[in-house]
Amino acid sequence: MNTPAPVERKRTSAWEMYRAIVGIGAFCALLIVSVFNATAARIADNKARFLSKAVAQVLPASNSTVEVSVDGSGALVAATESADLPVFLGYDEGGELVGAVITAQGMGYADNIRVLYAYSFEKQAITGFKVLESKETPGLGDKVEIEPHFLANFDALDARLDEDGSALANAIVTVKEGEKTDAWQLDGITGATITSVAIGEILNAGSSAWVPVLERHARAFEAPLPMEE
Amino acid sequence: MALKKTSPTDEFIKGLWRDNPVFIQVLGMCPALAVSNTAINALAMGAATTFVLVMAGLSVSLMRNFIPREARIVSYICIIATFVTCVDYAIMAISIELHRALGAFIALIVVNCLILGRSEAFASKNNPGRAILDGLGMGVGFTFALFFIGVVREILGSGTLFGVELFPEGFQTWTIFVLPSGGFFAMAGWLLVVNWIRQRQDDAAKQAEETAREAAS
Repeated sequence: MNTPAPVERKRTSAWEMYRAIVGIGAFCALLIVSVFNATAARIADNKARFLSKAVAQVLPASNSTVEVSVDGSGALVAATESADLPVFLGYDEGGELVGAVITAQGMGYADNIRVLYAYSFEKQAITGFKVLESKETPGLGDKVEIEPHFLANFDALDARLDEDGSALANAIVTVKEGEKTDAWQLDGITGATITSVAIGEILNAGSSAWVPVLERHARAFEAPLPMEE
Repeated sequence: MALKKTSPTDEFIKGLWRDNPVFIQVLGMCPALAVSNTAINALAMGAATTFVLVMAGLSVSLMRNFIPREARIVSYICIIATFVTCVDYAIMAISIELHRALGAFIALIVVNCLILGRSEAFASKNNPGRAILDGLGMGVGFTFALFFIGVVREILGSGTLFGVELFPEGFQTWTIFVLPSGGFFAMAGWLLVVNWIRQRQDDAAKQAEETAREAAS
């Protein structure tokens, strides 16, 4: 046979493959774990600071807050550990209850939207609003965070309860931009229809779940704070 | 193809203009179009990508004799994904607000073909020093390109630059420029400009060559 022998490329042994892949896997795992450990404390700190800043923004009248949860009998107790969707009661300097801050979430246009909002016991209305997490379209969906006429909805968005206090008297709904007629309606944003409707649904669901409980128990709730008799 | 010996500075400079990753090689289009809606997002994305480029280039170059040919792609992706995860944690540790702004796109740095491309085409064949310079040059070139696109999109789409209002009240912003399609328009505009300049440079070089030949004959 005259055909030249094919050029033999050095074959990689199985051992060399294992060595490379396991070696790189171990190197990468080690790197990720060390970066995670090095940054974990700061990230937790940043998140807590971000949340408390947001709480202060939506309920500026409060001087101190306490996170609450519902126990087995349906009564409010001080939360022992932070919930995924925390709810806070806010007190002013004299220890008077000024409002509650509720976290709620729901599906938006792109992904989950997480919001924080304040409920005023005096006005029986939603009085502050902030988006905690959203991946809505920049320039359109994210307008719910900055558009002045949309944020004006939260001067006092009616969330009063019906007569027996078990549900909202009027469901919170989003209407088309400029068509708001009632205090429980959210004036939507043209070009961010899906996101503004989603915000309405999130607020409605969060308030339906929490406002009846808060109205029934929050005033009687003994905050574990140094308070005067 | 004969490999030309290049000086270390050349390895750095080439990414800025001659082989610019976005305008000339047209690589990494996903982040270039998605995250360039404001100048500051473009800069942050560019910085994160540059870090991953340099670190991945360095690691791949250091391990180039250890990684078998057959397992190279999985090894590179594993290394790149690791550094992207580190960047993700680092940005969260620096600022939750910045992390919110860059959102889902941090994780997508993994599939930026620019990084895999440089690991495969350059870092796996060169020493660590050159790999770092190459990664740095490509990263800076990528950041520049994203920044140029981001400036156009932010000015036209939001009427601001770095969040500062540029126009008097009543300026009608072109919302399309903050949407992905606006990214294509801005990108196309810059490609036009860059290619026009390159064409002129080539023509001038040819002209000079001809004049020199005529003078010699």
